[in-house]
Amino acid sequence: MLKINSVSKQFNNRFTALESIDLQVYPGEIISIVGTSGCGKSTLLRIISGLDFPTSGSVYIHDQPITAPHPEIGIIFQEPRLMPWLNVWENVQFGLYNQSKAGKERVTQETLAKVGLTEFSELLPRELSGGMAQRVAIARALVTKPSILLLDEPFSALDAFTRLKMQEHLLKLWEYDRPTMILVTHDIEEALVLSDRAIVMRGNPGHIHQDFTLNLPRPRKRTDTNFQYWRELLLSNLDLSTTERVIIK
Amino acid sequence: MNGHPKNFNSNSTDRSLQSMAVSQRQRLQKSRLVWVRGLILPTLLLILWEILVRVGVFPSNLLPAPSTIVFTLLDLAISGELFHHIVITLYRIFLGFFIGSALATILGSLTGYSRSIHQLLDPLLQALRNIPSLAWVPLFVLWMGIYETSKIALIAVGVFFPVYLSLMSAVQGVDRKLVEVGKVYRLNGLQLIRRVFLPAALPEYIVGLRSGLGLGWMFVVAAEIIGANQGLGFLLTDGETTGRPDVVIASILLFAVLGKLTDMGLVVIGKRLLKWQDTYTSRK
Ligand SMILES: Nc1ncnc2c1ncn2[C@@H]1O[C@H](COP(=O)(O)OP(=O)(O)OP(=O)(O)O)[C@@H](O)[C@H]1O
Ligand SMILES: [Mg+2]
Repeated sequence: MLKINSVSKQFNNRFTALESIDLQVYPGEIISIVGTSGCGKSTLLRIISGLDFPTSGSVYIHDQPITAPHPEIGIIFQEPRLMPWLNVWENVQFGLYNQSKAGKERVTQETLAKVGLTEFSELLPRELSGGMAQRVAIARALVTKPSILLLDEPFSALDAFTRLKMQEHLLKLWEYDRPTMILVTHDIEEALVLSDRAIVMRGNPGHIHQDFTLNLPRPRKRTDTNFQYWRELLLSNLDLSTTERVIIK
Repeated sequence: MNGHPKNFNSNSTDRSLQSMAVSQRQRLQKSRLVWVRGLILPTLLLILWEILVRVGVFPSNLLPAPSTIVFTLLDLAISGELFHHIVITLYRIFLGFFIGSALATILGSLTGYSRSIHQLLDPLLQALRNIPSLAWVPLFVLWMGIYETSKIALIAVGVFFPVYLSLMSAVQGVDRKLVEVGKVYRLNGLQLIRRVFLPAALPEYIVGLRSGLGLGWMFVVAAEIIGANQGLGFLLTDGETTGRPDVVIASILLFAVLGKLTDMGLVVIGKRLLKWQDTYTSRK
């Protein structure tokens, strides 16, 4: 279980990006974090991943505070962040360095098949489309079998059609090991299609405004009246005025 | 040709494809022509030079004819002397290059990676870099004698700095986003350097190696001129003391050829290692 305990984050000792965030995430849960640009979603995710540190408060995994990247936490960034000098196969293996060679090969093979890239294992990142590259990044994160998967707007750089396919795909992948997933997204429909809970954040300073449990049946249908209801509800909870303030600033 | 409706007619598309293929062939021939064109002037100059020496406009005891230089080279080659000198010089440059670039690789990646190591080492290295490398010669000779060790040390010093500088700045410039991927997978410092920083820094590193090798050639000449009884630099000074400008020019030519060949070697290796690059020139 992941526990976020009154986490605050200040940059340069002045700017408060996050103010006393409290959140508990249960095993196997998919939660989405939505909120306007600059409200601190990425900052929160980076703190959970151990890449950044809270100014006060802590994040606990199995009741241990996270002080550095944790082996059970995988992360998928907004950009694929593949090593350009490694081919698809080697990129997927990137995080598997202290395992036997045979085990490595097997799990790489398996994961590449799951994301549907078996035939492309020899390609270099520069030869991949955006969607393929992001699938490689997903495979790289899954290959170490993390129990918690952090996703920071993983599909926002993709076109609408690819994005839909990737969302479906992500759910299928989730079915295998059912990792806990924390998904930051700008896309309210994405949050509604994927998650069990939707956290609405607001900025100035970044805080959790609402925590909605989405009791919508799966598979989710975008045309459902309930779906539409939630869509309106989440939209109305976003503090759209902060966006304007950010732009004026 | 895009956007012209007549191109939707498959016939004319075929034709335009054909004409594209033809023009590509022409371009290829043209590039070969350009290469030949580059040879015209040197050839004419060589012929003129030969004639002027033969006619007596240039004194042949100071500026021998190209043909004389070729014969000198042949003589040296046949006696086996030339091969010996070349091997010695290559041995020195490779050993010096290896030592200098190995040290530069270790120190450059450390100072590039770690800010505290940078603060500790870089000021000293930058100060040393500002000493004209030839100023080391007397000290090296005193410390290591006039034989191989001091020469190789001098070459290593010459190679070290360009490699160090380029690798350090390349490592400092590596994309934070890639480094974070390494951190997420909990690579330690050395693993990060080996698996992320060095591969990412490779393009600049190879440029550094090339300029290091160039300096290495400069310093091998210096070292062999200052005191040696074998090697191409020795051949050069030997030609001077025995009054044989043909030998001097022949050695200069050999330096040029060998320098170019070793640099081409690095370029070829670099091209292979950098196949992954997604640069403007790698997309054709
Ligand atoms: N390294 C940093 N130094 C200083 N300020 C930062 C840093 N990183 C983020 N911030 C600030 O913290 C705030 C939150 O940033 P964050 O990237 O978490 O926003 P976000 O919610 O992910 O926005 P978006 O939806 O646009 O990605 C922003 O105002 C940003 O300017
Ligand atoms: Mg963000």
